[in-house]
Amino acid sequence: MGKLNNQQVIQSLTSAFGDRISVPSEPYDFLTFETSAENISEVLRFLKEDKELKFNYLTDITGIHYPEQKLSIGVIYHLHSLSNNVRVRIKVFIGGDAPHIPTATKLWEGANWMERETYDFFGVIFDGHPNLVRILNVDDMTVFPMRREHPLEDPNRVDKKDYFFGR
Amino acid sequence: MTNHPIFTDNDPQKETFILNLGPTHPATHGVFQNVLVMDGERIISGVSTIGYIHRAFEKIAEHRPFYQITPLTDRLNYCSSPINNMGWHMTVEKLLGIETPKRVDYLRVIVMELARISDHLICNGILGVDTGAFSGFLYLMEEREHIYEIYEEICGARLTTNIGRIGGFERDFNDIAFAKIKKFLVKFPPILKEFEILFNRNRIFIERTSGVGAVDPETALNYSWSGPILRATGVDYDVRVNEPYSSYQDFDFEIPVGTSGDVYDRYIVRNEEMWQSLRIIEQALQKIEKEPKGVFHADVPEFYLPPKEEVYNSMEALIYHFKIVMGEIDTPKTEVYHAVEGGNGELGFYLVNDGGRSPYRLHFRRPSFINYQMYAPMSAGMLLSDAIINMSSLNVIAGELDA
Repeated sequence: MGKLNNQQVIQSLTSAFGDRISVPSEPYDFLTFETSAENISEVLRFLKEDKELKFNYLTDITGIHYPEQKLSIGVIYHLHSLSNNVRVRIKVFIGGDAPHIPTATKLWEGANWMERETYDFFGVIFDGHPNLVRILNVDDMTVFPMRREHPLEDPNRVDKKDYFFGR
Repeated sequence: MTNHPIFTDNDPQKETFILNLGPTHPATHGVFQNVLVMDGERIISGVSTIGYIHRAFEKIAEHRPFYQITPLTDRLNYCSSPINNMGWHMTVEKLLGIETPKRVDYLRVIVMELARISDHLICNGILGVDTGAFSGFLYLMEEREHIYEIYEEICGARLTTNIGRIGGFERDFNDIAFAKIKKFLVKFPPILKEFEILFNRNRIFIERTSGVGAVDPETALNYSWSGPILRATGVDYDVRVNEPYSSYQDFDFEIPVGTSGDVYDRYIVRNEEMWQSLRIIEQALQKIEKEPKGVFHADVPEFYLPPKEEVYNSMEALIYHFKIVMGEIDTPKTEVYHAVEGGNGELGFYLVNDGGRSPYRLHFRRPSFINYQMYAPMSAGMLLSDAIINMSSLNVIAGELDA
């Protein structure tokens, strides 16, 4: 196992995409790079269908929110090449109140619920998704609760104020 | 209510009907709702509704220090909580660069494999109940009780265990715990053997399960399946082997794989995994003998809470206790993904840290959530009774599904 290493993946990625992807980093040996919403479909397709790389397994799709950034919502893909035993993490940052990104369901059926979950919690709109509705939260919820502006607890509660705890 | 089928079709000529299976149907063993369009006994299509016990763990985790997130992980797959606990501890240890001693690794392996056995026991026992055989389940439940007694001896709890701490365990395994593990290793194999004699070649069981819910490896990978149900289709992906954690590379064991991916293969794969787990526990017990006694945590005073007596009596321990509880120790600003082989598949923790007291973002890659999404599409064309046993062999745990 482990016929490929991160350097070879970086090489074939940079030769295929050049500066359309960011310079990859390797936190804890986990190959990580960024790309843009325009390129993400192509990057995913390349990684999945390349004869050498064969990132055929979509481990996860999730989101992250950095309110201080202009492109505040991040969508994070974890792919796994089972035959080469290499993992890669791809981040795409998108902005706006209703951030758009193309769906990955055309490549992996399994992306369906992962994208619905990301939509449910971060409000990312996956263009081309067959059924983009809420999945874990109630259907009539109006906010996207994992965004940072939503506090964990009701801010109007008075029994948990700091001064009760000497802070 | 876009997610639900709309019940306005009053066509008298219509020959299909809608069956609302769940959310509290006794045959689904948990809160699962499936709205099925039926033609007689056959399912035409279905929609799964999930989220009934969603508890916003990812949001809560953003407000808790690392060591307080362990109890949240208990409540993901509550049939094998220790695997979740260990997976979380190892994620934080990876983030902080903590190296655990070998003895800790082996103790963890023992607990995790016991948890795997108890998880598979439930699944295969319940599969027997759903096909109409109650006795096998009763034999096995007694053994799960013994596993819970071992947990109890190690950490004091039975179901939501909260076993271990960042860096190791809160206390060493005592002699009773080791004695119970050894007793389990002697008493469990004959019972598992008897269970296999009851089921493996049982004509009724085979007729009910063979060929039901057969999945080919391409589809399974396309749906990101993992764990025993993926291995039943013939893909030998196991995180314990692909990316060994907690010194799994030191152990000699096999990954059982199936061929057709049907319910019967999943049953066989789970049974075989229990035998392999027993092998691993035996090896771990032997390896522990060779390790220095009394080592049960890594030497990381910045992150491992000191014992209470020391906190009261020594200045250094008091300072560390204070710093840990108040979260005043710097942690690296980076991100880490760590996966363990849970009872149902690849359980991943994606942790983004900003150096603060609690994670900036924590995402659980929950195998039940990802495995379950194929359920409704694959049910189309099945008999209702087959769909029920298909669900129980997927072993979807509601806590892990909804997080």
